Amino acid sequence: MKRVQDLLRQLGQQFTERLWRLGFASRFLLMTVLYSGTALKRFHLTIREIYFTGVLSLIIILVSGMFVGMVLGLQGYDTLQRYGSSEALGVLVALSLVRELGPVVAALLFASRAGSAITAEIGLMKATEQLSAMEMMAVSPIARVVAPRFWAGVISMPILAALFSAMGVFGGYLVGVQLIGVDEGSFWSQMQAAVDFREDIMNGVIKSFVFGVLVSWIAVFEGYDADPTAEGVSRATTRTVVTSSLAILAADFVLTAFMFRGI
Amino acid sequence: MNRAVIDLWVGVFVALGLGSLLFLGLKVGNLSSTDVGETYSLQARFDNIGGLKVRAPVKSAGVVVGRVGEIHFDPESYMALVSLNVDKRYQFPRDTFATINTSGLLGEQYVGFEVGGDPDMLKAGDTLKKTQSAVVLEKLISQFMFDKASGDEGK
Repeated sequence: MKRVQDLLRQLGQQFTERLWRLGFASRFLLMTVLYSGTALKRFHLTIREIYFTGVLSLIIILVSGMFVGMVLGLQGYDTLQRYGSSEALGVLVALSLVRELGPVVAALLFASRAGSAITAEIGLMKATEQLSAMEMMAVSPIARVVAPRFWAGVISMPILAALFSAMGVFGGYLVGVQLIGVDEGSFWSQMQAAVDFREDIMNGVIKSFVFGVLVSWIAVFEGYDADPTAEGVSRATTRTVVTSSLAILAADFVLTAFMFRGI
Repeated sequence: MNRAVIDLWVGVFVALGLGSLLFLGLKVGNLSSTDVGETYSLQARFDNIGGLKVRAPVKSAGVVVGRVGEIHFDPESYMALVSLNVDKRYQFPRDTFATINTSGLLGEQYVGFEVGGDPDMLKAGDTLKKTQSAVVLEKLISQFMFDKASGDEGK
């Protein structure tokens, strides 16, 4: 009986702790949005962060997009040619990239490449009391440090996802048309007939925007909330990657269920 | 790092992003082929629409001239009421014959227009008088089987 009680108490404690953190994170997001005046007025702060989060993630996004597209080309051809419809390879590659893989894989890479860096940076600033020093000088660290990084992530994510999809389609074209020899005309024309700009491409952009908000929010929050020790920063960085990966996949399911049901 | 260099790189980054979105829209998507421009709506009643879906193409002589707008069940006539959004550039005679066809053996279903000879043209909101339902493969096979069986008895 005592053990059951302990177990339940532990469960309750865990639950309220998680809920409290979620509420704290939501208030933090609200504060970030409210204090973004500086980040948008002195836009070079945000541009600087776009350089670090977006531009420096370009290589990994482009290369992995290319490889994902090439693998899709190989695997898709292998399956489609069994049914004698290898001309539909373009449709398969483009739809799976634009709808799912582009936004999701780009967001996962972005979370591990840029999100973890943001968390580590802000966490270390907190550990070395730079954030407190700013507060002493009456500079809000949320306005000066957090908001530019948040908006940089939100802006970079859709661009990176679009680049990922475009590179993937190009990779699929390289393998499908140039290497295997699927007819080039039907590859592109079937793709154009099947991919709708509003239904498929814009929904992918909306997805990547939502993922951008999620990843940036989690990254800046974990950094700001990190224990101000070396161990605390390392744990916060890990939490950023794990939480944002889970959040991306869960949000992807919800968004897909709303966007593509019944079409 | 120098601010001008950062600005340059971010500019390149954003331009690349917009360029790839343009590539997706024009080369991958259907933004370049403006097949759904200004449309007018026509109605058609079918006994059976088979597997016809919303947004399926409407074709005449094999060319896409519109898309299926909505599909309803009409509780009074027990028929399927299909609204077709047809491109404004194309006019069809009043006695146009609407059929539901399948592209290929396993392909998607589409509405085909077979043009008649009436000098009057269909206007927005008109109903197509003559329609032919989708061919249901199971019905066709069972009909063939019954015909075969009764034919054998007669011999």
